[in-house]
Amino acid sequence: MATQLDDPRIVEFDVRTDEMLVNMGPQHPSTHGVLRLVLRTDGEIISEVEPHLGYLHRCAEKIGENLTPRQWIPYTDRMDYLAGMSMNLGWALCVEKLLQHELSEKAKHLRVIIAEMQRIASHLVGMGAYGLDLGTFSPFLYAFRERERILDLFEEACGARLTYSYITPGGATADLPSGWLQKCAAFLDQFEPIIQDYHDLLTTNKIFIQRTAGIGIMSADMAIDYGCTGPVLRGSGVDHDLRRDGEERYTEMYDGYAFEVVAEKDGHYPQDHDYPPVPPEAVVGDCWHRFYVRMLEVVQAVDLVRQAIDRYSTASGDWGIPIKLTQKLPKGEVYLETECPRGQMGFYLVSDGSSIPWRTRARSSCFCNLSVTADLCRGCLIADVPAIVGSLDIVMGEIDR
Amino acid sequence: MSESNSFLDKLKKKFGDGITGSNFDAIDPWIEVKPEAIVDVCKYLKTEPGLQFDMLNCISGVDYFHTDEKKASKADWEPHLEIVYHLSSIALKHTLVVKVMLPRWKDGQEGVLPEIPSVEKVWRTADWHEREVFDLVGVQFVGHPDHRRILCPEDWVGHPLRRDYEMPLEYHGIRGR
Repeated sequence: MATQLDDPRIVEFDVRTDEMLVNMGPQHPSTHGVLRLVLRTDGEIISEVEPHLGYLHRCAEKIGENLTPRQWIPYTDRMDYLAGMSMNLGWALCVEKLLQHELSEKAKHLRVIIAEMQRIASHLVGMGAYGLDLGTFSPFLYAFRERERILDLFEEACGARLTYSYITPGGATADLPSGWLQKCAAFLDQFEPIIQDYHDLLTTNKIFIQRTAGIGIMSADMAIDYGCTGPVLRGSGVDHDLRRDGEERYTEMYDGYAFEVVAEKDGHYPQDHDYPPVPPEAVVGDCWHRFYVRMLEVVQAVDLVRQAIDRYSTASGDWGIPIKLTQKLPKGEVYLETECPRGQMGFYLVSDGSSIPWRTRARSSCFCNLSVTADLCRGCLIADVPAIVGSLDIVMGEIDR
Repeated sequence: MSESNSFLDKLKKKFGDGITGSNFDAIDPWIEVKPEAIVDVCKYLKTEPGLQFDMLNCISGVDYFHTDEKKASKADWEPHLEIVYHLSSIALKHTLVVKVMLPRWKDGQEGVLPEIPSVEKVWRTADWHEREVFDLVGVQFVGHPDHRRILCPEDWVGHPLRRDYEMPLEYHGIRGR
């Protein structure tokens, strides 16, 4: 029988729209690793996002129960593999807190140099990869050109380019080689003017602003409620940075350093440098502001490294001799958070008095930052999902541990 | 720390028996709360002016259990689970540790997970953190809106961070051990 096209029921059937489930990832390039997002869409509009994680789960916490603190250092490298030094530092400080180990001035300044250089390298990847997410390839290449030079410096200091295991409980595995500080200072002098290129490529780029300004707006209360930290929290206008507000053991590293927390206060950002203006379309808490905070933190980190180099070269004491590989740990438990490039990374260590921790726990900043996706993406367009997830700057290695 | 002492006075006045212990000599001072009281205590800690613990940093589960009988006889604790809440206040820049002690199995029946009320309604951070504790340590969070595993696959058997956990022999044709 021939189909009668004028039958209203057939027409009704043909144009009926359904909710559609779209799988994004785990191999999607803009999910930064192996994150799978299940999108429930109504046409182009997202009605629900469900993140699925665990593809990179390597049981780091369980492994930590079988190794001494120094042996666990390489596993911390592999959590946030774009900021291995910061992970090392967080764990080292946590173990030192349990041991009540005090560092010399020189060792503290060394750590500031390394941690802030790592912040630059990490934010460069964050910036470049965000450009990729939004469909522009060139900022990525510019970012990697400079990051490469930081990795060269790290390689010279510790022999590795990605998984450093450099900062250990007690100090660092070695002192900075001779001539390293001059190279580092020379790099900073060359690097600082290049930051303007990044601003031209992305921050003030009209297309970039249209893709990010006013997208994925997160209020300060929501950010705190979800436990968001780092640039994600400060992008929502919360003036909170552990380098200033954290525990004494951590903040004393930054004692006497001049730096202002990068967050919007009373309608403006810190004005210690000539930063590009905030576009009128941007709203505090949107993707653009999260990105902007990262870019400003790069400049801030350059300032901090410069100050640290001065202090390090005149400081007294040694560079910090690591504790013994099988050092006995006192009975007790400690928790310590540090301000890593992606947010507050916390380590919780329970010891029963032997040299192997009873329990190691890593509180991941990206884990909390990612949990906000479902709320942020509700009601946005499919094309905005990479913009929102990218602005959170997640690293799956840290989320899944 | 005197600061933590004043927390305790306030809490004891309000909750009486709900607060079962504290240790202010520890490096990170902690208070111990009964499982039934945890939601009310957390709500109070979050909203009370002067405390304002607006951020839940971390929830961890710790399993106190020796698989080795020799060591178990020497241990100064009975086997139990601890759920540890690390709180901090962005407004007032202070921190607190809250602990809840749980039996390893509900009513001593091996295989039945112990229960604790969920604090997801107090801090949204708890949503994923409680899922992780359930997944890896094996604790049932009563009232959690989306009680599933988060890191391990949905059909995984066992809770890996238990001290007596044994890797399965085989998972979908993949050799485990």
